[in-house]
Amino acid sequence: MKRVLAMLVENKPGALARVVGLFHQRGYNIESLNVAPVDDGSYSRLTVTTRGTESAVEQIMKQINKLIDIIKVADLTEGEHHELELALIKIAKVNDLTSIKKIIKSMNGKVLKNDESACVISVTGTSIDINNLLKVLKKKKIIETVRSGSIGLHESKKTLTI
Amino acid sequence: MKLSGGDMLMRALREEGVKFIFGYPGGAALHIYDAIFNQKKIEHILVRHEQGATHAADGYARATGKPGVVIVTSGPGATNAITGLATAYMDSIPLVVISGQVASHLIGTDSFQETDMIGVSRPIVKHSYIVQKTEDIPAIINEAFHIATTGRPGPVVIDIPKDITAPENKFEYKKPAKVSLRSYQPKIHPHPGQIKKAAKAILSSERPVIYAGGGAIMGNASTQLKALNKILNIPVTNTLMGLGVYPANDKHFMGMLGMHGTYQANMAMHNADLILAIGARFDDRITNTPSKFAPDARIIHIDVDPASISKIINADIPIVGQVKESLDALIKEIKRSKIKIDSEAVSKWNDQIKAWTAMHGLDHEMYLKKSKSKLIMPQEVVQQVYRVTKGDAYVTSDVGQHQMFAAQYYHFNKPRRWINSGGLGTMGFGLPSAMGVKLAFPNKEVVCITGEGSIQMCIQELSTCLQYGLPVKIININNQALGMVRQWQDMNYSGRYAASTYEESLPDFVKLAEAYGHKGFKVTQRNKLGPTLEKAFALKDQLVFVDVYVDQSEHVYPMLVSPNGSMQDMWLSRGKKT
Repeated sequence: MKRVLAMLVENKPGALARVVGLFHQRGYNIESLNVAPVDDGSYSRLTVTTRGTESAVEQIMKQINKLIDIIKVADLTEGEHHELELALIKIAKVNDLTSIKKIIKSMNGKVLKNDESACVISVTGTSIDINNLLKVLKKKKIIETVRSGSIGLHESKKTLTI
Repeated sequence: MKLSGGDMLMRALREEGVKFIFGYPGGAALHIYDAIFNQKKIEHILVRHEQGATHAADGYARATGKPGVVIVTSGPGATNAITGLATAYMDSIPLVVISGQVASHLIGTDSFQETDMIGVSRPIVKHSYIVQKTEDIPAIINEAFHIATTGRPGPVVIDIPKDITAPENKFEYKKPAKVSLRSYQPKIHPHPGQIKKAAKAILSSERPVIYAGGGAIMGNASTQLKALNKILNIPVTNTLMGLGVYPANDKHFMGMLGMHGTYQANMAMHNADLILAIGARFDDRITNTPSKFAPDARIIHIDVDPASISKIINADIPIVGQVKESLDALIKEIKRSKIKIDSEAVSKWNDQIKAWTAMHGLDHEMYLKKSKSKLIMPQEVVQQVYRVTKGDAYVTSDVGQHQMFAAQYYHFNKPRRWINSGGLGTMGFGLPSAMGVKLAFPNKEVVCITGEGSIQMCIQELSTCLQYGLPVKIININNQALGMVRQWQDMNYSGRYAASTYEESLPDFVKLAEAYGHKGFKVTQRNKLGPTLEKAFALKDQLVFVDVYVDQSEHVYPMLVSPNGSMQDMWLSRGKKT
C-alpha cells in the first residue's frame, strides 16, 4: 500500500543523505521525494512516498525517528490529507490549444509556451491525476516530463510543525 | 586565552573526563597529535592498526560504561576504523571516533589520503559531524558525547579537516551550554499505564521467563533485575550480550539462550506463557524462525529504543524507557499490586526447568572427569580458566566456537565482565578490547579467550601491549581450523572443508609471543592444562600467550535447528536432535 510520509529535518550537513540512506539500508524503496526548507529555514520539510505493509511502515517511521537530525515524522496516509504534485510536461507543438487547455483545466494547468520548438505545460494534482494525464498525452508524443514528487499536509486540525 | 583547534579539542575531551585516547597519527591528524603532545592529562595509546584502536576503545567502554575515544587520520586511517565502528554500532557501545580529514579546500578533489569518512561510516554510526569552523569544536564534542552515551548508546564520528586544527589560528574557547536538541530527546521514564499492564500480566502468568540482553548491561540495570527476581523467583536467561547482568550462580539462572543457548533456556522460552524481554532485541540468533517463536507467550518488551520493539516479534505490552527506570517502576507496581503471582504454578514451572536441566543441561565439570582421551576438550579449557581465575576475571573473546564455549562455561556473576562482539561478530576483537579493559582496570585479571583464527586478525597489538605494559592473558583455543566454519561444513556441507584449515602454516605462537617480548606456553596434553594455566596466571606482570591444542572435531552444542526450526528444535550432540 502506498504511504505518504512527512518529516521535519534539521538543515544540517548530510541530513538528507541520512534519510535517503536509511531507506536503502533497511530495505525499503523511495517512490518519490520532495524537500525544501520551511519556516525560518533552520529545518526542511520532506515528503516521501513509499510502499509497505502497516508494520513495515511503522518500522520505517521508528527508524527515521531515530536519526538525530529528524525532528518529527508522520504518516499522512493514516488520516485525511492533501497530496499534491507539480509536473512540467513538454510535448510537440500543439495546433489546437483549446483541446489541450480543456484536458488540463481541472489540474490548474497552464500552457507556459507553445511554439515551433515545443509546447510546455504545467499541471498540479495528485500523483494519480498526473499519471492519468500522462496517459492521455501519450498520443501527443511526450518529449520530456519532470515531476516534483508528492507533497502532503494533514487535512484536519492535525499538524506537523515544531 | 585563545586556543588553536587542536588545543580546543584536547580541552573539550578533558572536560568530558576522557583519560585515554586510542589512536594512530598521520598527515591530516598531525595538528591534533601536536596538541596531544602538549598536554599531560590524557594518555594516548598508540595501537598498531586502527581497527585495534576502535576495539580497544570499545573494550574500555564496555568494561567501564564510559565512552571510548579514538583518533585516526584521514583516508586509510579512517577506513581501518570502520570495522570497529560497525562492531560498536551493532552492540550499542558509546564511542567517539575523531578522524582527521584533508584540508577544507582539498575536500572533493581526490587529494592524497582523502576518503569521505562521513559517507563511508554513515550506516554504522549513531551520528556524525564534519567540523566546519574551529570555534564549533567545544560544542560539537559536547554534543557528540551526549549523543554517544544517552538513549540507546552508539558510536559518533567527528571528521575534522586539517586546517580546522591549524596551530596558527586561535580562537576563544567558549564552554558549551548544556546540550539541548529539539530533534533528540530519548525517553527515560516508562509510561505508567504500560507498567501497570506489565505488572498485571506478569503476576497473572504461570510460566514466565525473564529474557535480559545487552541493553540491561548498557542501562546499568543489574541491581534492579536482581531485585525484581527476588520478588518473582522466576527463571532468567541472558543473551550473549547480556551475560553477567543476572548472576550465573543464582538458582534461577538458566544460562544463555538462542543459537548456542542451553537446552533449558531455549525450552523455557518456547514453552513460556509470558516473556519479559529487557534490553534485548529478539535477533535472529535468538528467535530462530520468528513465526514459530514462543507460541503461547505474551510478550512484554522494555527497551530504550522504540525501533527495537515489535521489529521482529510483536510486543503485546511495549515499554519504551531506560531499562533501569522501567524496572524500578515495575518493581514498585508489583509490590503495590493486589494480585499475587501463583507461587504453586511458578514452583511447578521452576521444577520443569530443573528437569530440563537435568536431562540435557551443560556439563560444567568436564575437566574433573577422567577420560581415556588425552585430547583436551575446548570446553575444559574455559572451565579451567574459570577455576584458576576464580570466576572473577574480565573475559574478552573473539568470534567462533571458542566464543560460544566461553559464553557457555565461564560463569559471569557481574555485568561488564564479558566483553565480546555479539552483533557484528568481529574476529580480531578479543586482544585489542582486552587492552582497553586492562587500561581501565590495571589491577584486575583480564583474559582474552580466543582461537588461532581470530587472534591472527589483530595479533599486531601484542606490540602495543609491550609498549604500555598490559599483562593480559591470552588463551588460544587452538583447533587448527576455523572451528565454527568447520562445524557448519560438517553439518551442512558433508564435511567439505572449503578454506577452513591452514595446512601446516600456523605460526609457532610461543615463539611469536616471545618475539613480541612476551611469554608463551604451549599445551598439548590434558594433564598439563591446569598446571600451565596456573603458571601463566601466576606471572602477574607479564603478558602470557597460552596456546592450547584441543580436539579438532568438537562442535558447539546445543545448536538451534535452522532453517524453519523453533526454539525447542535443537541439535544436542552430533547427529542427535530434540
